[in-house]
Amino acid sequence: MKSRETIRVGAGAGTSDDRMVPALELAERGDIDYLVFECLAERTVSRENLARSKDPELGYSPSLHARLRMVLPTCLRKGIRIVSNMGAANPLGGARATRKEATDLGLGDVAVAVVLGDDVSSIVKHRGELTLIENGEPLESILPKMISANAYLGADVVCEALNTGAPIVLSGRVADPSLFLAPMMHEFGWSYEDLPKIAQGTAAGHLLECTASVTGGCFGWPGKKDVPDLARNGFPFADVTPDGAVVIGKTPDTGGRLDVMTCTEQLIYEIHDPTAYITPDCVLDISSIALTQEAADRVRVAGARARPGTPTYKVNVGYADGYIGEGEVSYGGIDAVARAKWAAEIVKERLKLQGFVYDDFRVDLIGMSSLHDQLDIRPEPYEVRLRMAGRTRERKAAHAIGFEVRAMHMHGPGGAGGACEPRVRDVLAVKSVLLPKNLVNAQVVVEGSL
Amino acid sequence: MSVRVYDLAHARAGDKGNTSNISVICYDTEHWDFLERELTPERVAEAFKHIAKGPIRRHPLRNLKAFNFIIENALGGGVTVSLAQDIHGKSLSNVMLAIELPDPK
Repeated sequence: MKSRETIRVGAGAGTSDDRMVPALELAERGDIDYLVFECLAERTVSRENLARSKDPELGYSPSLHARLRMVLPTCLRKGIRIVSNMGAANPLGGARATRKEATDLGLGDVAVAVVLGDDVSSIVKHRGELTLIENGEPLESILPKMISANAYLGADVVCEALNTGAPIVLSGRVADPSLFLAPMMHEFGWSYEDLPKIAQGTAAGHLLECTASVTGGCFGWPGKKDVPDLARNGFPFADVTPDGAVVIGKTPDTGGRLDVMTCTEQLIYEIHDPTAYITPDCVLDISSIALTQEAADRVRVAGARARPGTPTYKVNVGYADGYIGEGEVSYGGIDAVARAKWAAEIVKERLKLQGFVYDDFRVDLIGMSSLHDQLDIRPEPYEVRLRMAGRTRERKAAHAIGFEVRAMHMHGPGGAGGACEPRVRDVLAVKSVLLPKNLVNAQVVVEGSL
Repeated sequence: MSVRVYDLAHARAGDKGNTSNISVICYDTEHWDFLERELTPERVAEAFKHIAKGPIRRHPLRNLKAFNFIIENALGGGVTVSLAQDIHGKSLSNVMLAIELPDPK
């Protein structure tokens, strides 16, 4: 149970294709004050930028409509404020879509506070000398192919958006934990100087940002790490007090499990150096954290530490980098593996005969080597699925892979079955640079009347 | 008699760019010292040599009964360009769990 001093921040999505219903359960039965939807993967903003270039009203997360339609009636009725980065490459367009959803649902004129300024493409395009973190090359090397450049903004500007009083806050790129930290800063007046509290809030945000990962998703193992009623797993929330005490819980009467084991896995997830997890808000040290089971499905988080934030924002630069083509076909029964291997050689030869070249090429025998390689030491299964994939500058060369794999039905070793349609996708690659914070103009605009 | 990491610990793999982040978390605090001694970056490098070029770093997390392994050049160039099926390397925790270690007794 939460006291009056406590705010409860719920996690409604941890990726653009997260499950829908648990967010509604959290809004209806979780007694939450805030519902945070984190919906941007690394390349999502690039993809949405392309969508926006075709239609200026698009560019926000396509799942915005379905998610908001589902939770808006409950959230507005109960006064649950929504915070989300579903604005993606077009937060203002997302705000207009949000307001239209509210009107269409008969909920009236709903104001949306919009966080702007993460799009720094016009700034970085004049700064080709910045160094790409991944390979040490200058940004210049990818500038001609750049599709988007977005800074990971922090909780400060999201907090500013909450200060407007708008029931909904929509942003583009904001660091995941910052979306959760912002309501705490807003409610309790925390500033970046309150480092122990910022540390606790950031740790809570990190625990919540992958939703079900802390409630038994991506965790279970039959007989070893059992998860009760995983089919009905619930989403988590954090109970936070003004002094930075944090307890993680989950929607009552849902499946899954929330304990020290699930929280530890999520706490370390993607953290790299545990003493220096850099967010726009602070440099978090999780090595001092103690997790304790306080009650069933309730875990206390204590002892997070932090140093002040760095003077730079991390900026993701998305750019077009050719195409990936792939195809699959299956072989079963006697000598299935030998026939699949032969098919792979035939496809490779046919691609070569047509003069196609690939920057990278890969052959997988699904069932043996598609995840962990080492085909030569794996036992032969009854059936295998051959998968071939290549990356190339030419769409035609990418398409040819799936085309030639599918042709194994008629033009390859005996008994090929179940080829898929040739698949081609645009490669939206992402590299990153660090940009001084003082060059970035993060700001808040309110759409609608308060 | 040897043990597997699987017998003593659970694990989760995550990504950032072309780097895999794999946690190893003891079921029981008393196994932490054993894993600190035996689950060395060198041993992990050997298990991942066909997957990752490295380098590999290990961060001890005694408070959490855990270790965090950072394995560089492990994800086919990174999530956005990799040709792998498992572009995030989520399944790589199972390579870690399968590592065999000498008998702790």
